[in-house]
Amino acid sequence: MVVALYKGIFKRDMSIAFQQKAELMQPLMFLLMVVTLFPLGVSPSPDTLQRIGPGVIWIAAILSSLMAMERMFRDDFQDGAMEQYVLSGLPLPAVSIVKVAGHWLVSFVPLLLLSPLLAVFLHLTIDMYIALMLTLLLGTPLLSLIGAIAVGLTVGLQKGGLLLALLLIPVFIPLLIFATSAVDSAALQLPYYPQLAIIAAMLLLAVASAPFAIAYSLKVSQN
Amino acid sequence: MSVLDALALTCIKRDRTLFEGLTFSADAGELVYLRGPNGAGKTSLLRILTGLSAPCGGDVFFNQKNIKTAPDEFNTQLLYLGHKSGINGALSAIDNLSYWMAQHGVQQPHEKLLSVLATLGLVGLEDVPVRFLSAGQQRRVALSRLWLKKAQVWILDEPFTALDVSGIALLESAFKAHVSQGGIVVATSHQALSSHAGPHSTFDLEYQW
Repeated sequence: MVVALYKGIFKRDMSIAFQQKAELMQPLMFLLMVVTLFPLGVSPSPDTLQRIGPGVIWIAAILSSLMAMERMFRDDFQDGAMEQYVLSGLPLPAVSIVKVAGHWLVSFVPLLLLSPLLAVFLHLTIDMYIALMLTLLLGTPLLSLIGAIAVGLTVGLQKGGLLLALLLIPVFIPLLIFATSAVDSAALQLPYYPQLAIIAAMLLLAVASAPFAIAYSLKVSQN
Repeated sequence: MSVLDALALTCIKRDRTLFEGLTFSADAGELVYLRGPNGAGKTSLLRILTGLSAPCGGDVFFNQKNIKTAPDEFNTQLLYLGHKSGINGALSAIDNLSYWMAQHGVQQPHEKLLSVLATLGLVGLEDVPVRFLSAGQQRRVALSRLWLKKAQVWILDEPFTALDVSGIALLESAFKAHVSQGGIVVATSHQALSSHAGPHSTFDLEYQW
């Protein structure tokens, strides 16, 4: 089964993503531009930027992730590949988690690689940057997992894009609060493990339960 | 009871009853040709038979086992092709089919894959992204699954769409061969089957107001 999941789903998703590089780049460019707007629009003073920096990066990451989120199941749903997954005999929760992992690899790992540049733009200190990196590392898989549930629910609708944003942004608020508070603590040289632990706990809960919710939402969309 | 049975199926879409208390059965070696006007519920019936949609009432049985509670055996013996072909336009025919075979646990050598594509008249197009092929050729890529997976039950929704005369003849003779080996074919179409398809029974759905 693991071989079937790897060869049939993971490799397939990777080769499709590789064919659609432009679609992968767009959310990243969006993220980069939104972050660049803040020094220009708010204030270029290092103090201000340092204070708003973590929030800016996280908000931009959430917004840009919403753009990329739909890719996860949209094509499969429209071309009928989803029907074939459902009938393939592979457990649908396992298919979902493999697809979410693939999506995270192609849309969030580039973001992590880009983050040093963003940190420089916003005058983050090294301590703040390490904290930001850790929150992104723990928080972005959570974005993918929770996002996938909403994508599964809205994929059958025409023009589900904006609805997706309305569904997801409120759900991401706790993550945003803890992530930015961790980076703020790092700026003050305080320990930020509690915030990281809470994000990690949310991630573990999502890893354990989201695959079943995603599988169910995909089945419902087939109906 | 026969191999594929549906008992007392009811399907309601948007407050309109498509069918109620419908009973359907197909035995080994049977080609059932599903007919009915647009909107009569042919696709809905086929999707219920595969287990993709849940009926509002009634059950579907494969070898006397309810496909809702025991879908595994049925899934290995089922090949469903819907309106949407399940082919990704960015991938080539070979990639589309080999990923699909991996998902469905079908093991066939690469040569078999090439020879099936050759049978379907797709020589030289194996490596081209499918979105560059014509509608009929894309259909042929989707239909090559019939030659690759050894499934007893074929459920096909409008399989002849976009196919040319030779494609239709090829598919009809595949039906005939499959049925003669004890397979089951349930297909919808708006055109009559020709003599290539061999003997078949028809099942009529009526449009209900």
